[in-house]
Amino acid sequence: MKTIVRDDGFHLDDLAEEVFISLEELKLGVETPVCLHLANDADPAELPMFFPWLKLVRIPFPNFADGRGFSLAARVRQLGYTGRLRADGHLIADQYPQVRRSGFDEVAIDELHAARQPEFQWKMRTGWRGTSYQQRLLNSG
Amino acid sequence: MRKFVPKVITTNDLMEGDVIYLAEDGSWTRKFGEAQVFTAAEIADEALAKVEQQRDIHVGAYLADAKVEKDGRPRPVHFRERFRTLGPSNYFHGKQAEE
Amino acid sequence: MYKYSEFDESFVRARVTEFRDQVARRIDGSLTEEEFKPLRLKNGLYLQLHAYMLRVAIPYGTLNSRQMRQLAMIADRWDKGYGHFTTRQNVQYNWPKLADVPDILEALADVSMHAIQTSGNCIRNVTADHFAGAAADEIEDPRPIAELLRQWSTDHPEFQYLPRKFKIAVTGSPKDRAVTRAHDIGIRMVRNSSGEPGCEILIGGGLGRTPMVGKVVRDFLPTGDLLPYIEAILRVYNLQGRRDNKYKARIKILVHETGLEELKQQIEAEFAARKALFPGINMKLIENLESAFAPPGHDPKPFHNFIDRTRHDPAFRAWAGTNLSEHRIAEYSIVTVSLKPVGGTPGDATSKQMNLLADLAERYAHDELRVSHEQNIILPHVAKSDVPKVFDLLNGAGLATANVGLISDIIACPGMDYCALATARSIPVAQEISKRFDELRLEREIGPIKIKISGCINACGHHHVGHIGILGLDRKGVENYQITLGGDATENAAIGERAGPGFSASALVPALERLLDAYLENRAGPDESFIESYRRLGSLPFKTALYPSDTRIAA
Repeated sequence: MKTIVRDDGFHLDDLAEEVFISLEELKLGVETPVCLHLANDADPAELPMFFPWLKLVRIPFPNFADGRGFSLAARVRQLGYTGRLRADGHLIADQYPQVRRSGFDEVAIDELHAARQPEFQWKMRTGWRGTSYQQRLLNSG
Repeated sequence: MRKFVPKVITTNDLMEGDVIYLAEDGSWTRKFGEAQVFTAAEIADEALAKVEQQRDIHVGAYLADAKVEKDGRPRPVHFRERFRTLGPSNYFHGKQAEE
Repeated sequence: MYKYSEFDESFVRARVTEFRDQVARRIDGSLTEEEFKPLRLKNGLYLQLHAYMLRVAIPYGTLNSRQMRQLAMIADRWDKGYGHFTTRQNVQYNWPKLADVPDILEALADVSMHAIQTSGNCIRNVTADHFAGAAADEIEDPRPIAELLRQWSTDHPEFQYLPRKFKIAVTGSPKDRAVTRAHDIGIRMVRNSSGEPGCEILIGGGLGRTPMVGKVVRDFLPTGDLLPYIEAILRVYNLQGRRDNKYKARIKILVHETGLEELKQQIEAEFAARKALFPGINMKLIENLESAFAPPGHDPKPFHNFIDRTRHDPAFRAWAGTNLSEHRIAEYSIVTVSLKPVGGTPGDATSKQMNLLADLAERYAHDELRVSHEQNIILPHVAKSDVPKVFDLLNGAGLATANVGLISDIIACPGMDYCALATARSIPVAQEISKRFDELRLEREIGPIKIKISGCINACGHHHVGHIGILGLDRKGVENYQITLGGDATENAAIGERAGPGFSASALVPALERLLDAYLENRAGPDESFIESYRRLGSLPFKTALYPSDTRIAA
């Protein structure tokens, strides 16, 4: 089972039993709220009409050097999504601030990874809310 | 089938960055001439796979071509490997200065 | 000059602490090399051929005397007493030890410096015209924009894991000294027809395996829209740039494969969406930046001593002719200090020389120094009346080589003397060329020419945009050098044309001699430079000189 990392540390995956559907499946229509697996090369332009039907959006990170997920998350947020957004895959503790600052709420990592990068290494980085250059440069900062 | 060119295992030391070679006794030496020579591909690959497990000693191990000289010691074949046994050519720094 | 805010200071210190922890975790094995590598690269630390190499950022090539002295101190304390100034306006140390690097970063932080984003697939150190704020031909100082971009790109959450590295250069002068057309994004500060300030944005320039000249994607962008626009470019690139092949991962390939018009539409669409939500730039911050780069208190004085010295001292006259550039104030000069002594390593300076340069900057140049992409050091604001003294002091330290813009003012990457990626050496080639043409006493006769040497196809030595470019390759286990002709790094950017088969190391310099003899023979007159002759005559006479026995050339 995956470990879910949030600002307060490790959690069990509350959605472990869920079936994740793809964007194509979502576009065919759904009757109850679902979990969406948004491939990191997907175009989310049509996503807003489905926002009320999403329990969670999961964006995969096939390896930690593939940064498409950061921009995709930022784009999904820019489109107005305020629900739960999960980064899933090979991310390391050092990337946690970027994960959070680009719009994700949480990270899902596998067991082996959680063992090698234990909870304290992630918790060291949960102070990501401190000011950033980007916040400082903008009026909203 | 092409003849197998003898190999040594070389890498850079994690802490110093210096070029090192795998010696017969499994230790690491700073001198090409003291490296273990592998004359069969499978054995070389196996030894390489083994040293790659030593995560906290060195960085980027690979097999380098070698030729065995009359004195029984291996020497580099390619100019890149020769430079690695010496140091830069613009200053007397690196291995050449430590001999 | 820009002074670190409390925020910069605490950010840089936090990064040092973070990297100290990362180094410790690498050493204890909780980080694999695969995981550590991008983290060390983000902090400028490479593993090279013989040792680690630390690349320190000199944002837009600007530094003060205190910073230069600290660079010298680091060279003495943790390295081998010298530093190497690079074509990216950075400085590199070739011999640091892994465990010392956090301490070196701490020492850099003490003088508001760092090694952040000098490597890795992120937005790299922003470069700019090395004559910024001083050149007579400048429209506007590019450094406030360069500093804005430095801050914006630092630790940007979206753009730390791009398909490939990303380089931005800014110029505020129509004379492009920042090679903006060979960058992922080139920014040229311009004025529109109503005189309003803005930027022309170029994308998709780059050298390397597939050299491309940047294309204009926006001919006029109001400066206030710069950040959302650059973010739009980066977001489109991050999502669509190729990740399947690192040689096809730069934005130039995306521009090439997608087409400029299509990509432009995507960028404009993303920009429109971004701008709608963009809260605006904190104007107070911008004002602070602009005032940080306000001109120093120039003090125009008569300079009879300068004129006298020029008249009576041929050595001074020669140096002044090549190493001084026109300052926007007539009583001042821009002094370029050549780091290309005959037979030396292009771009290297000893700690002693760095300390002297720091002293000169402090006493005679309003405490400013610049690093040029041509691997020289610039004192941007020297009163002409002080120039003779500066010359004498430089001369005493082996820093008065009178060759800026001439054949021995060569750009060369470290090549296989240091670099793990190199396929051949480049430093010895530069050394040999400068020695040979010095022996022949032909340097002045040949006049302005740019020779640029790279030790591999990645082209850190900018060989594609050299009037004569030299590319070192490995041909069947032997170093081999290919020549390109007709490249240009300025506003008339052009990619050089490959002349023909490569030369062995020993045949290279004689080939260059034949090439330059052909130029001297064929030029319209002493006022026609090599590149002008090449443009007028085409490549034929030059190729014929390079390959005299090859009958196919004339065909």
